Amino acid sequence: MAQGSLLTLDDYRQVAPRGTIDFLMRIGERLRGKRLVHVSASRYGGAVVEVLNRVVPILNDLGVETTWEITIGTADFDQVSRAVDKALAGTEQVITEAMLARLRETGVDNARRLRLDADLVMVHDAAPVGLVEQRGAAGRWVWRSHHDLSSAQPQLWNALRPMVQRYDAAVFSLARFAAPLSIPRFIVYPSIDPLSERNREMTRAEQAAQLDRLRVPRDKPIVLQVGPFERLHDPLGVINAYRLVKKHHDIRLVLAGPPPSPGGDVLGDVQEAAGQDPDIAVIVLPPDPQTELNALERAATIAIQKPLKADFTIEVATAMWKGKPVIGTIAGGIPFQMVGNVTGYTVETVEGAAFRIRQLLSNPEMIGRMGAAGREHVRRNFLVTRHLSDYLALLAHLTR
Amino acid sequence: MSPTEPFVFLGCLELNELLSQEAHDGRELLEQLVRVPVESIFCHTSAALLRRPVLAEAYPNDFALWVGTEVRDVRLAERLAAVDAFEAGSMERVREELIATISDHLQHLGTAPPRTHGKRFRFFQMHLVPVPTGHRAQTLPEFRDALADVDVSAIFYHTIEARYRSGRGRGDFAEWVGSALGLADLADRLAHIDPHAGSLERIRDRHLSVLSDAITGEAS
Repeated sequence: MAQGSLLTLDDYRQVAPRGTIDFLMRIGERLRGKRLVHVSASRYGGAVVEVLNRVVPILNDLGVETTWEITIGTADFDQVSRAVDKALAGTEQVITEAMLARLRETGVDNARRLRLDADLVMVHDAAPVGLVEQRGAAGRWVWRSHHDLSSAQPQLWNALRPMVQRYDAAVFSLARFAAPLSIPRFIVYPSIDPLSERNREMTRAEQAAQLDRLRVPRDKPIVLQVGPFERLHDPLGVINAYRLVKKHHDIRLVLAGPPPSPGGDVLGDVQEAAGQDPDIAVIVLPPDPQTELNALERAATIAIQKPLKADFTIEVATAMWKGKPVIGTIAGGIPFQMVGNVTGYTVETVEGAAFRIRQLLSNPEMIGRMGAAGREHVRRNFLVTRHLSDYLALLAHLTR
Repeated sequence: MSPTEPFVFLGCLELNELLSQEAHDGRELLEQLVRVPVESIFCHTSAALLRRPVLAEAYPNDFALWVGTEVRDVRLAERLAAVDAFEAGSMERVREELIATISDHLQHLGTAPPRTHGKRFRFFQMHLVPVPTGHRAQTLPEFRDALADVDVSAIFYHTIEARYRSGRGRGDFAEWVGSALGLADLADRLAHIDPHAGSLERIRDRHLSVLSDAITGEAS
């Protein structure tokens, strides 16, 4: 099998549902010669970028001429962009007229520089949203929002909405994330790449080496939460759930997340709460920790996702793909990735999480059964091949 | 003798569009059912098979599922679940049955209908783009082999969507086997495969089983 960016659509035959790859090739034949441009503010980091890295070359293989353009901005634009992202996510920010003007100007500057002549231009997230002000009559434009806009700061959204409504359509990851708009709104779920470093198959030896490096012993069942050490991800609640379970089952808790970012971080509190308990591992992950996360998820007995507020949280699907039952809250996209009582459980409290962990540990046959059901559910609904099909459907529908 | 008209397998791309209509209780559901495009009724009834994980205990359409799990009005949920989109013949007929069911329920309720405890009902409509899969068949064995290989969306397109597209009340598979191959009994058996069998893969397996039996029977 080819590796990394050299992967071709054919490599996905081993993991996609039957008939899928041949069907995608047929769709490609039908759409051959159409031109698609993706525009984003970055080519590095994040789930969106991971998907584009895989989708763009495959679309080209299929005959859809696909390019990926990156907008650039001044240093102060990066600050504007960060503030806009936070305000759209519902964190109150001071957004001035000057900041909004900078957003528009950056759109104008980039529109002059970038090659945007295509049948479909798909603009990802808020930073490049202003490009549309310079659109010509040809081609269709879609704004792809990857975040939850349901509690966006009203002042900002009122300023952005006229801009967004210049697009022909908007695409959201979930209905509950969608903002009210007068243009058509489509729903496309995020996906995982089963052949990426994060999700590829891994030998036991490689897995063991990674766990040794992370200092995670493999002597007892592991309950794992992957996510930032932030209050909203409730790592302290997970520790409390672990303590309730620990009275009955000898388990290990692993909390793994990226390095602390300034402000709002509770890593210190988490380390203090873990105290001297040798069975709690608090792991601050290195940059680009795909291999480490792959090993941790494969080593886990049960995956937990207990955020109080969340975006789509595709980590649920990555754990399910590795055959793990997931115990998750009802925040963001978590319940949409699970089949309740079949691939895992949704819970609302620390006690609920503890109860479900105990239930699974006491009935190990359920762990295998739910894990297998979860993997099949992901195969049918959350692989990048389904994402390709959705983008091709958008292209076919909007350029018909 | 004229050559048999080949069966050309089409799959379909689906695109889900979120509509502006929402409902928080049975009365709002009723009001919106009158207004939404018929494609939305299709999306929430027959097409639910395309995307919903199949659970033996789950109600077969989104309306019943939402009323049962979010509004927790079990009586209405059970009655909505009994509206059979595959028997109704047309989506407008399904809409009428849903409206009549909710109207009757509300009339006999006596109190204000309960509001959702959780998620509101959001209406969608589905856009389907048919695409040839590249599979064709002229004989029964060719048909069975192709059916085993095609993308699962082809099963949806030919067995579920076809009922409304053609207005024949049965899918393309049964129609072709009956008209092009002249196998009326086999066509009847295919037409009677229950779309509520579960997932599209299960519907595929049932078709394959019926076809394999017929091919074995022909050979012996």
